[in-house]
Amino acid sequence: MTEPVITVENLTMAYGDFLIQRDLSFTINRGDIFIIMGGSGCGKSTLLMHLIGLQQPAKGEVFYGGQNFWQTDPQERQKIMRRIGVLFQSGALLSSMTLAENIALPVAEFTDLTPPQIRKIVSYKLALVGLAGFEDYYPSEISGGMQKRAGLARAMALDPEILYFDEPSAGLDPISAKLLDDLIQGLRDSLGATIVMVTHELPSIFAIGTNSVFLDPETKTAIAAGPPKQLLAESKDPKVIRFLTRDAREPGETPMPDPVLDAGASL
Amino acid sequence: MNAVHTPSEWRVERRSDTDVELILTGDWDAENSARMDPQPVLEEIRQCRGTRRVRLTAKELGRWDSVLMVFLITVIDGCREEQLEVDTAGLPEGIRALLDLSYAVPERAGARRGKVRTPWLAEIGNSALRLWDGGKAFTLFLGEVAFAFAASAAGRARFRRIDLWLNIQECGPSAVPIVTLISLLVGLILAFVGAVQLALFGAQIYIADLVALGMTREMGALMTAIIMAGRTGASFAAQIGTMNVNQEISALRVMGFAPLEFLVLPRMLALILVMPVLCLYADLMGIIGGGLVTISFFDVSLTQYINRTREAAHLADVFVGLAKCTVFGILIAVAGCLRGMQCGRSASAVGDAATSAVVTSIVFIVVSDSIITLICDRLGI
Repeated sequence: MTEPVITVENLTMAYGDFLIQRDLSFTINRGDIFIIMGGSGCGKSTLLMHLIGLQQPAKGEVFYGGQNFWQTDPQERQKIMRRIGVLFQSGALLSSMTLAENIALPVAEFTDLTPPQIRKIVSYKLALVGLAGFEDYYPSEISGGMQKRAGLARAMALDPEILYFDEPSAGLDPISAKLLDDLIQGLRDSLGATIVMVTHELPSIFAIGTNSVFLDPETKTAIAAGPPKQLLAESKDPKVIRFLTRDAREPGETPMPDPVLDAGASL
Repeated sequence: MNAVHTPSEWRVERRSDTDVELILTGDWDAENSARMDPQPVLEEIRQCRGTRRVRLTAKELGRWDSVLMVFLITVIDGCREEQLEVDTAGLPEGIRALLDLSYAVPERAGARRGKVRTPWLAEIGNSALRLWDGGKAFTLFLGEVAFAFAASAAGRARFRRIDLWLNIQECGPSAVPIVTLISLLVGLILAFVGAVQLALFGAQIYIADLVALGMTREMGALMTAIIMAGRTGASFAAQIGTMNVNQEISALRVMGFAPLEFLVLPRMLALILVMPVLCLYADLMGIIGGGLVTISFFDVSLTQYINRTREAAHLADVFVGLAKCTVFGILIAVAGCLRGMQCGRSASAVGDAATSAVVTSIVFIVVSDSIITLICDRLGI
């Protein structure tokens, strides 16, 4: 059962004259945990901005289902954006509001639920991410990992079909990162959501990724695509292999087993 | 800590026809850096004719730190420029590892920025272009705000009512103490300044006219606006700027809220509602301040002062002041929110945004005040 949810065709991204990536084409299917990976500064987060409607492509198309995201009129685009949830790198909770108010914000705006119903939904979402009881805390009063989970609760507030994550485990300790991975996988399985993740955490990539695209900063385009494990086993491209095996050596030198990766892959 | 220093020494020795050895001894650290100019070393290596290989050794090296590393890197780069092979096998392992690290990732082509000197004429041109861009951005923002207002009039704007009330609380009641103090004192000063001249003619009673007209038409609105520019304009810019830094504005956009409606509208509405009230209060305080001076020092009774004030100040004067103050309120909110939205992504950018918001609002206030005064004069209001 592969039903394309998002199709990217010949996408070129640039800031003015400065080219970030060109000619990206890939398809994200329903139920995928799709990983956007690549070295630092290759344009992973910029690609995310293009997918969630914060930045317009220099060239090329993004399709949601059959709809052309950037060519359709603003109301239609708003409707598409209603179907997606985004967890930003820092959580991006509104700091002047409590967690409950943050999560209630989209619910109150886009549904006709009564305040008590909204309050119940808020508590349920917080409980899902393991933050039951923290309704009335301000974002500045909780830790970075909790902020991220609260951000996830807000991203899920309207039961989106597609969830975007910008480096979800950056800045988390390995155990919290693992718990977050499990949570993401659990959400995909139980809600039937499609998940798109920007990350360069190898343990996460191998543990939960079902499909991926690899962006290369030097040639400024995607040099590999496919399930991460399959890439590791079959890819011929030395850059991809070095990235996936955490190998800093130039191609040609004999690779050595990496204790950190081995520990990560067995998680 | 070992206080004894062995001075850093180097010597270049010839080992064979093609080999030269550079021997380092002593302490090579920051406290001992006087003798560490690499140029003489390179000079000496160049003078050994027929050299193809330079061996670096440091058997009797004492303490060393980055000073030594910089020295070595300069020597190695110099030798490589001369097409000489460099052999680092004689160096301690730690130093070799650090050297390998510093040469591991080659400098990225085009990454180095270098100082670009712009000719002054180009600099003037650039400032003119920036001014033009700033003007365009301001006009665009004003247009978007107008659209947001239209949306809110049609009941379609998305912002939280509670935000409006919070902003009103923040702009209004919280500003009362400082408005009280400043306008009381401004009234007092007006009275004193006028009294010195009027007393020459025995016309102290007209101090009341001066204070009443001065406060209601001009000073009440102007002082309130300047206080609010410093207090509220700066805080708007800092709040919105920080939200920008934290990606909160991106998050709002993704959730389907227009930042202009969600953040700018409640702030602007709050100022539009609050400014006239504060201005009226400032007028009253100024007249009281003037009265205190007139009654205590210039031989005018309270009744006389009140009657004279009543005759001098007309409703039209008060309305002119209130209208001005409302305009100032809009300008303060526009300047504060615009600078906040334009804010860059760093802590210093937030500070710049706040500063720029205050400067912009004060310029707007004074310019628009002149224009309104001119219009009133022509219309005979």
